[in-house]
Amino acid sequence: MKQYDTIIIGGGHNGLVTAAYLARAGKSVLVLERRPRVGGAAVTEEIFPGFKFSMFSYVVSLLRPEIIRDLDLPRHGLHILPLESTVTPMENGNYLAAWADHDESRRELYRHSPRDAEAYDEYGHLMHFMARAVKPILSMVPPDPTSFAPGDLAGLLKLGRHFRGLGGERLHALVKLMTMSSADFLDEWFETDVLKATKSASGIIGTFLGPRSPGTAYVLLHHYMGELDGVFRAWGFAKGGTGAVSEAIASAARSFGAEIRCNAGVSKVMVKNGRALGVALENGDELRASTVVSSLDPRRTFLQLLERGDLPDDLIGDIHRFKFRGSSGKVNLALSGLPKFACMPDGGPGGRLHRGAVSISPSLDYVERAYDDAKYGEFSRRPYMDIVFPSMIDPGMAPPGKHVMSIFVQYAPYTQNGGWTDARREEFGDAVVNTVEQFAPGFKSLILHRQVITPLDIERITGLSEGNIFAGELALHQLFFLRPAPGWAKFTTPVRGFYQAGSGTHPGGGIMGASGRLAAMTILKNGT
Amino acid sequence: MSLRTTPFHSRTAPLSEGQAWRRWAGYVVASSYELSHDREYHAIRNSAALFDVSPLYKYLITGRDARRLLDHVVTRNVAKAKVGQVLYTPWCDTDGKQIDDGTISVLDEQTFRMTSADPTLRWLHLNASGLDVQIADVSDTTAAVSLQGPSAREILQLAAERDLGALKYFRLTSAKIRGIPVTISRTGYTGDLGFEVWVDSGRAVALWDALIETGTPYGITPAGMLALDVARIEAGLLLIEVDYFSSRHALIESQKSSPLELGLAWTVATDKERYNGQAALDAERSRGPEWQFTGLTVDWDSLEQLYADVGLPPRLPTQAWRASVPIYDRGGRKQIGYATSGGWSPLLKQYMALAHLGSEHKPGTDVRMELTVEHRRKQAKAVLTPLPFFNPERKRA
Ligand SMILES: Cc1cc2nc3c(=O)[nH]c(=O)nc-3n(C[C@H](O)[C@H](O)[C@H](O)COP(=O)(O)OP(=O)(O)OC[C@H]3O[C@@H](n4cnc5c(N)ncnc54)[C@H](O)[C@@H]3O)c2cc1C
Repeated sequence: MKQYDTIIIGGGHNGLVTAAYLARAGKSVLVLERRPRVGGAAVTEEIFPGFKFSMFSYVVSLLRPEIIRDLDLPRHGLHILPLESTVTPMENGNYLAAWADHDESRRELYRHSPRDAEAYDEYGHLMHFMARAVKPILSMVPPDPTSFAPGDLAGLLKLGRHFRGLGGERLHALVKLMTMSSADFLDEWFETDVLKATKSASGIIGTFLGPRSPGTAYVLLHHYMGELDGVFRAWGFAKGGTGAVSEAIASAARSFGAEIRCNAGVSKVMVKNGRALGVALENGDELRASTVVSSLDPRRTFLQLLERGDLPDDLIGDIHRFKFRGSSGKVNLALSGLPKFACMPDGGPGGRLHRGAVSISPSLDYVERAYDDAKYGEFSRRPYMDIVFPSMIDPGMAPPGKHVMSIFVQYAPYTQNGGWTDARREEFGDAVVNTVEQFAPGFKSLILHRQVITPLDIERITGLSEGNIFAGELALHQLFFLRPAPGWAKFTTPVRGFYQAGSGTHPGGGIMGASGRLAAMTILKNGT
Repeated sequence: MSLRTTPFHSRTAPLSEGQAWRRWAGYVVASSYELSHDREYHAIRNSAALFDVSPLYKYLITGRDARRLLDHVVTRNVAKAKVGQVLYTPWCDTDGKQIDDGTISVLDEQTFRMTSADPTLRWLHLNASGLDVQIADVSDTTAAVSLQGPSAREILQLAAERDLGALKYFRLTSAKIRGIPVTISRTGYTGDLGFEVWVDSGRAVALWDALIETGTPYGITPAGMLALDVARIEAGLLLIEVDYFSSRHALIESQKSSPLELGLAWTVATDKERYNGQAALDAERSRGPEWQFTGLTVDWDSLEQLYADVGLPPRLPTQAWRASVPIYDRGGRKQIGYATSGGWSPLLKQYMALAHLGSEHKPGTDVRMELTVEHRRKQAKAVLTPLPFFNPERKRA
């Protein structure tokens, strides 16, 4: 039997990143993916003939520039296209737009509030500094604050220096960001409700929290972290959909000699005397490797792939307590034409509305009410939605003249009252299209096909527990040296030779590849 | 305005959001239509960008000796060129120094269209004495657009109502688009799949409208010179008066270059006799050129560090630059050449430059490029990279 240096369980983008880095370092690497194609939550599928969808994730947010460079991803087909405006239709027929051009956006905000238009630049300036202080954390193996190992101390010191460098006022703002709700934090800056609603909506994505829940402000920083890369631009729309990101990484991994096998679900990690020996596949085959890496979420990694006896009890307890609580759904539509939004029937100057995002977040109350439904176990009757038209950016996504529309929806609780049934799924889909219809009358008549994805579907298809899009909520108590559990945030596990590399590890979910890369670095450093 | 506008101006002018125009051969064309050229650039690599390239100088050379004349003037072998072929070629003075570069289209056995960046009528006449040939300047009467990008063929096929699959790289065909007679050549200045469409100026606007209408569902995007400049650097294509000086305009000998020094050795024929510059080029080839024209890739970590040293995140040029920038050896003291164009590739995510270096430096060599960081001169590490930076299969496929 062939003995691999490393077997990686799961061919999502993180598993593929780990594979590419290890293969590049000369290791023999095998990736095992349960589905017929790689990508996990970053896949493109032709769900209806001629119409291609980024089935789950739809924009590339913080893909690490060092990965793009190290793996030479553009030469493997990665092309990130600009997606730079956001239009928020309001209930009164007005709208708020953020355009690519700074002056245009300022003038637009001035229409709503001259004061806010001025505050916006100051706010941006402050966020820039905080994002810069926090950003290095994304590329860093989390130090253990309870450890006195030199590596940990050095890491903590480095971190301390970053934060101290911020100076008093900005440090206070950072503490506020870490503790406040996004609504409260934004209240300190702005008076325009629709602006606060749209900004704070980005802070609730993938969480089971509302804009007024404490701890949601921190995510506001993410946007500015993306902006720090400036003209480098590692965020935007991937040509060919988010699956093209996974494909580019897979192609890079193969070019370094990695082997990728699809339709190869893993049932168990084989462990003997506290050491990983290989994996057992769902079809009964066994494969051996000196290192095994799981890119699945923490629940699957620890509770499904291992036996209870392989792990200490406190870790099992921690993983049981790790919160997933999926709260997002997705509706993918094939359209015969572009919908007209009542607030901007001509699609804005140069028709650019459809080339950017449309955010259904008309007011803070609207978004908070959407959350209220979810708190009591119901999907939002009028949900928050983040809409893009991928075929407007990459015409290859739909037949000429036709379009695809991607609607990310919150909230759809995994624990829907009465459970998710086929009928419930369609009801949820109806709530989504009916709400869009209110802002874009006539839109429903354009729908050729519709795919509705609930958190249960996300779980079934990708394996993400409870359908949490980030493989575990990105809440502060589940980040950094606590992700996924104290003491096990450095990609290792209590089983020797068994590592974690998925979004359930630091720095977490999103198409970043950071977890996969840091895991590979850790493995290379440890020598097995 | 006092400069001339092109036959497409009535269509391009209303698209210009920032009234940003650039002069080209006495005409004005759009720098970018939108306030930023970002989207126009991405259209070249993602869908299809439509450029107005009418300002090119264009000459129609006809007659029994037309082929002989051109074969004598330029460095490529025109004698062997087939009807329907397009040649990219430089031409040189008797010292083998480059005067200009352009294309020659073989329209039929005795009809050739030549394009150039500088006026070339007089030069052609000087070389034509005693030959049976007519030379007409058709610069103003022939308009041209360039349609470049992965969807370019699909759009043109639909517009021309015929299969262009058989039209190979650097070949041309005549066609009709909505009844308008055009020549379509599979050429361009982007290093991508692309075509140039040549039309009588009087029908230019109708051609533009037809292409826009057909191309809209495919993402056709009018694009300006700023976007083109980034693409041509990615493609490693040189630009006269930027990357080299015409030997006719050079004031001192060292401002001149030969095609062999400009990475154009492949365009200097070895299988023909008696053309301008031949003896000098033959001699230069056998002793080896002194200079080479090469790509440089600026090392990211080194760039980031220069900015981190002053407490800033890395800055990158938002537009391609055209300037002479010193290049040093890896020690940073000895100047070994200079870069003439550079910029950030949004596709490749690389800071690229085109440079003239001594021919002894090999690909992969570390060098240093001068860079200004917060008003101070610094040096970033850069690596010699063979051109082109970007060369997709679809360009020739
Ligand atoms: C609906 C939705 C929308 C999102 N939107 C965005 C967005 O717009 N932008 C963004 O940046 N992020 C978004 N995300 C998050 C992002 O997609 C994920 O965080 C990221 O793709 C996770 O990558 P991963 O490699 O860690 O895990 P995954 O992509 O989950 O990969 C895990 C892989 O393991 C495979 N697998 C599971 N079990 C087994 C087994 N037993 N054996 C073998 N293989 C197995 C799975 O099939 C899968 O391919 C979204 C996620 C969802 C679900």
